[in-house]
Amino acid sequence: MTAFGKLIRTTAFRLTLVYLFLFALFAASLLGYFAWNTRRLITEQITSTVNAETGEISDIFARRGLRGLVFTIENRALRPGANLYLVTTPSGQAVAGNVGSLAPGVMGTSGWSETAYRRLDEQDTADHRALVRVTELSSGFRLLIGSDLEERRRLFGIIAKAAQWSLLIVIVLGLGGGTFVARRVLRRIDAMTGTTQRIMAGDLSGRLPVGRSGDELDRLAENLNAMLERIEALMMGLKEVSDNIAHDLKTPLTRLRNRAEEALAKSGSEAEYRSALERTIEESDGLIRTFNALLMIARAESGQARGNMDDFDAADVANGIHELYEPLAEDDGMVLHVKTTPTPLHGNRELISQALANLVENAIKYGKPVPAPQPLGADAVASPASREILIEARRDGDQVLLSVTDHGPGIPEADRKHAVERFVRLEASRTQPGSGLGLSLASAVATLHGGDLRLADAHPGLSATLAIPARMGASDRLAAQMPNVPQKVA
Amino acid sequence: MRVALHEDADRAMVTESRLDLTATDTQMRLLIIEDDRESADYLVKAFREVGYVADLASDGEEGLALADSGDYDVLVIDRMLPKRDGLSLIGSLREKGNRTPALILSALGQVDDRIKGLRAGGDDYLPKPYSFAELLARVEVLSRRHGGPAEETTYRVGDLELDRLSHRVARGKDELTLQPREFRLLEYLMKHAGQVVTRTMLLENVWDYHFDPQTNVIDVHISRLRSKIDKGFERPLLHTIRGAGYMIRDGIR
Repeated sequence: MTAFGKLIRTTAFRLTLVYLFLFALFAASLLGYFAWNTRRLITEQITSTVNAETGEISDIFARRGLRGLVFTIENRALRPGANLYLVTTPSGQAVAGNVGSLAPGVMGTSGWSETAYRRLDEQDTADHRALVRVTELSSGFRLLIGSDLEERRRLFGIIAKAAQWSLLIVIVLGLGGGTFVARRVLRRIDAMTGTTQRIMAGDLSGRLPVGRSGDELDRLAENLNAMLERIEALMMGLKEVSDNIAHDLKTPLTRLRNRAEEALAKSGSEAEYRSALERTIEESDGLIRTFNALLMIARAESGQARGNMDDFDAADVANGIHELYEPLAEDDGMVLHVKTTPTPLHGNRELISQALANLVENAIKYGKPVPAPQPLGADAVASPASREILIEARRDGDQVLLSVTDHGPGIPEADRKHAVERFVRLEASRTQPGSGLGLSLASAVATLHGGDLRLADAHPGLSATLAIPARMGASDRLAAQMPNVPQKVA
Repeated sequence: MRVALHEDADRAMVTESRLDLTATDTQMRLLIIEDDRESADYLVKAFREVGYVADLASDGEEGLALADSGDYDVLVIDRMLPKRDGLSLIGSLREKGNRTPALILSALGQVDDRIKGLRAGGDDYLPKPYSFAELLARVEVLSRRHGGPAEETTYRVGDLELDRLSHRVARGKDELTLQPREFRLLEYLMKHAGQVVTRTMLLENVWDYHFDPQTNVIDVHISRLRSKIDKGFERPLLHTIRGAGYMIRDGIR
């Protein structure tokens, strides 16, 4: 496409053309209206003067006869800028006036007419036009009184010229302005296109240029940049996931394969084969779990799970998870408590339940008190309180907080951010089973709901909190329906 | 905990219960609609081994025609099929008034996909990869449900009795005190007495969670329940079926 063709195809240019046409039309109709009104005004003026004079002169003729008539006409005809006068005899001979010649037949018809004429004293041969009224006086005499139309014509000429000029100016300015705007827009769009092409070619770090004017193109560029930011983050996430899958799924896969190979190589008893197969199935189940967790995280992070949101009470989730895990915790020598207040929430109940379940599983696994070397002969056994895990659901301002607090070794502040990342299993936990995805999933779920996962020190221990903004409106409606139940402590 | 307490006895139980099925039940007719040849052959073979009459359709159209004409007890339908996908297949069956229970197999294991499947008229949903034990357990539950007796108010297994209305549970002459959730757990197990119930089924049906806990939560609940209903009684009723799940049944019929 040529540069000109591109220019003409721009929206700015096409809009300019449309406006140009509209403005020209407007200017033309304005001038036309003006011209028409002026003409009407001048004509009215002429008719009223001519009518008055005709009346006057007819009166003079009636009262003073032909002599008075001729005298008055001659007198008036001599005034500078005088009207046109002509009196003819019944035989058609001119007796008085300042008209040299007329278009034929004008004198013969009474009433108004427009005619070419020449004055008596005029030398030039150019015809002038006049608006005249012919009246028949008594005894066959005819009187013509008229006014020159030169003034009307001149005025008309001025208006016509104005119309031409204004049209020309409108067109020149419009086209010029349109071209300027279109080229400016085109230049910026071209810059954007260039960047997007680079991005499409694979350079995801490219960003669109954003001007300082804050106009619609800048806003568009900003939005596109935000979108690119998100895409880049998602791509990074994807890459990270695939890297991690490569790393953390291949390890157990290798283990699986080795085990199968080993069992195959050994000529074992049926029982040995059986146990090898059972271990294989167990291992593959673990793999599937890890895989599912990864997919879940990916889905939560990409926002796909947003479809399944509804209103529910976070306290129910906390109580449900407490109920589910309480026996497990007890078996593990821990005490699981729950403390809730009615906390309406809008979100994906299943995902939030799972996130909380992960936090509780972590607390049970890693939240056991450290048998710290205690001086002064204090009890070597940790106090019963430190074996407690507390699940809490409450509202804090605009946020719903679902937290799990244990009194184990906790996570050092420097490691906390790290702990949320996928597959990261802090040193202390490597001996424990688990995919290392629990906190990542919880974090992804919190992010999906527009909140975050906060890890804090519980002095001692870890307090992991899903902080999720309570959607106003929907959740408030729910709150209104819920009776004010006193706090329940299990 | 996953390792069964009654391991050896249970291994015998699995075989026994499967043999039982062939012997006592009139044969269950099953239609498997799955396009992957290998999984399909495996399923057909495995279901035939446990006493089912299993037919196979390898695409959606064929599946629909067979399901529509044949008198099947359960349909096992892959979510993604050539010619017509699983959900639309179920949809058109239901439209025609065919209520044969359908279990959807899907590689899309996510919660909302599951909801979509159930909304389309499926009766159960199992994400791939699945274990055959899990699939079998679910198919059995479905086939019982279809045309089974109306829900009773009292369940009995051996000398264990559960009254669903008064929430009373007794074994022999002893009244048992169960927590509400233990009651629901036992209720579900007894409703499906003689059938294997997997951990996932329990988590789904008793707790209404559809995620996969990384730990053995269900086993702990079961062992608590077991200590209440079986402890101190000569004959255990709640059995662990290794590699599959749990089953409540009277050892001797």
